[in-house]
Amino acid sequence: MRPPDSGLHVEEAAVTLGGNPILRGVSLSVAPGEFVALLGPSGCGKTTLMRVVAGLQPPASGRVTINGRDVTRAHPAERDVAMVFQNYALYPHLTVRQNIAVPLAMRRLNGWQRAPLLGGLFSRAARAEIARDVAAIAEPLGLAHLLDRKPAQLSGGQRQRVALARAVVRRPAVFLLDEPLSNLDAALRVSTRREIVEIHRRAGAASVYVTHDQAEALTMADRIAVMQAGEILQLGTPEAIYRDPADLRVATFIGSPRINLLPAAVGEDGVLLLDGAALPLTSPARGAVTLGVRPEDWRIAPAGLPARVAHVEFLGDHELIHLEAGGAEIVMRAEPELRVARGEALHLAFDPARALLFGADGRRLPMAQREAAHV
Amino acid sequence: MSEAALSGALPHRRRLGEALGGWLLSLPAALSFLLLLLLPTLAAVAMAFTDFELGLWPPAWIGLENFEEMWADRGFRQSFRNTVVYVGLVAPASVLLGLGLALLIEAGARGRAFFRAVFFLPVVSLTVAMAAAWQYLLHPTIGPLNAALRVLGVASPPAWLSSSDWVLLSLASIGVWEQAGFNMVLFMAGLTAIPRELREAASVDGVHSAFARFRLVTWPLLGPTTLFVVTITLIRSVRVFDTVAVLTRGGPNKASEVLLYTMYTEGFTFLRLGYSAAITLVFLVIVLALMLVQTRLLDRRVHYG
Repeated sequence: MRPPDSGLHVEEAAVTLGGNPILRGVSLSVAPGEFVALLGPSGCGKTTLMRVVAGLQPPASGRVTINGRDVTRAHPAERDVAMVFQNYALYPHLTVRQNIAVPLAMRRLNGWQRAPLLGGLFSRAARAEIARDVAAIAEPLGLAHLLDRKPAQLSGGQRQRVALARAVVRRPAVFLLDEPLSNLDAALRVSTRREIVEIHRRAGAASVYVTHDQAEALTMADRIAVMQAGEILQLGTPEAIYRDPADLRVATFIGSPRINLLPAAVGEDGVLLLDGAALPLTSPARGAVTLGVRPEDWRIAPAGLPARVAHVEFLGDHELIHLEAGGAEIVMRAEPELRVARGEALHLAFDPARALLFGADGRRLPMAQREAAHV
Repeated sequence: MSEAALSGALPHRRRLGEALGGWLLSLPAALSFLLLLLLPTLAAVAMAFTDFELGLWPPAWIGLENFEEMWADRGFRQSFRNTVVYVGLVAPASVLLGLGLALLIEAGARGRAFFRAVFFLPVVSLTVAMAAAWQYLLHPTIGPLNAALRVLGVASPPAWLSSSDWVLLSLASIGVWEQAGFNMVLFMAGLTAIPRELREAASVDGVHSAFARFRLVTWPLLGPTTLFVVTITLIRSVRVFDTVAVLTRGGPNKASEVLLYTMYTEGFTFLRLGYSAAITLVFLVIVLALMLVQTRLLDRRVHYG
């Protein structure tokens, strides 16, 4: 266990807005240097959780501690957090240099020293130091030649980097990013992902990254918290979230194309039955269940689940085969060399070691292989 | 639609028809602009250089004589000075008060609509009618203001509207009362246009006090609003007329004589329309100069998001 006095800890945070519960007692811990993504559909409470951490949204109950200090009721300015807003929230009337300097000036200079004209006379040394720190953060972000421009004269990607620079320039304990890539075009988004992770590593802060894009969460985060309806459904590494989801909702939210869900049953002997046919899988559960198989875990076999090809999508490095099997639609990811024709009848098998079993309530059920053989 | 692109492609007659149609369609607007705005203005300008008086025909062209008379006229100089003092009192006070009220109402959680309505009332009420109420409030003997002052121990409170020392200040107070509510509404509109994210970014960046936030975010982003409010307030205060006409008639002893009132008395009491037009021209030049200063000087320093 980490010492509880470092990093960010949220305990049972609850938020209700206008009678609607937005957060239902959410707990989350982020260690210094760790990058946690809050992933979920819009309206799931991920941004609200971030705002609770930042101090922009007071929680109805619960506790927020940063480096061992209880900041639940503290003003945002007193929390040692920095935030990158979705629309960057740059001060439009200040130059890039001034924008990046704001967090430093607010902490290192008093009100008189910040005064225009005269203030400079009383704070020459502090101002020189601020200028040095601004230059030091601007250089690696490629902003050095833009320092005297106003935000309106910058491209979206440049504004994004200014917002990042402003956030990390004072080395915050907690670094919050609210969908920072959602306003960038697709190509820039991919390259900026890496940049953000590098900035995070340099800053060494406990970082929380809000996104609804699973690709961002899977590629960037050390751990992902999948949120839905004001709750964290699962918190784990990207691999665990993808391969070992605790909940049907997590399994369907993560993965593109979506996981295939097939209605199945567990007989009295504990053997899993799909379409009446026994599978080499057993479960301690009984009755109706849902079998989940990811598109890449299917293969075409001499015998198995009978299916008919409905549609083929060629995507260059792979292709997606949409099949119809006993009323259910199955999407299979295949090598592009695999040539199948529309309407062709074939048999499908899946890798039982990677299949997932869910109960009627959506909870993950334990499952074991009966024999080594596949279907 | 670009003319160059069309000229080659279209036959001559069709182009002519299109041009004719365009002129016909813009004719009502052009005509009314000409008849209702441009010609009267030009007529007034021309009149300023004549000795035109109602009943004396034909008027004679007298060049700059009207302006020479104005320069020598102590009454006019007094009126000009009074106007400057009035604007100097009303404009800053009503702009600052409007801003203060807007900030207070925006910050307050409750009663927003109520306070907005209360302070906006003077704008929608008829000044001439409200002047009667002011006359009563400021009455030297039966007015509630002086009654209150006497209770507070002021032995002989001033006769607000009939003392030459106090009359301008009294009129200016009424002017502030009239204009602050309007400015408040403009500032409130400006405040709602400031994105909430910016205020939140400021607080995360370490801005703690309301004053620091005002300095970093609110005031700079209100720049365009402030520029507009200052311009409109200056012009509205230079145009002060109805309170003067109803409450003091420029008195006592021309102590509250202002530009528009002088113009009015010269033109409609003494029927010296030529001289009155000359004063109007001076007034017009002042207003245009104000607008020019605003747009040229201040525009450069104001950030338009």
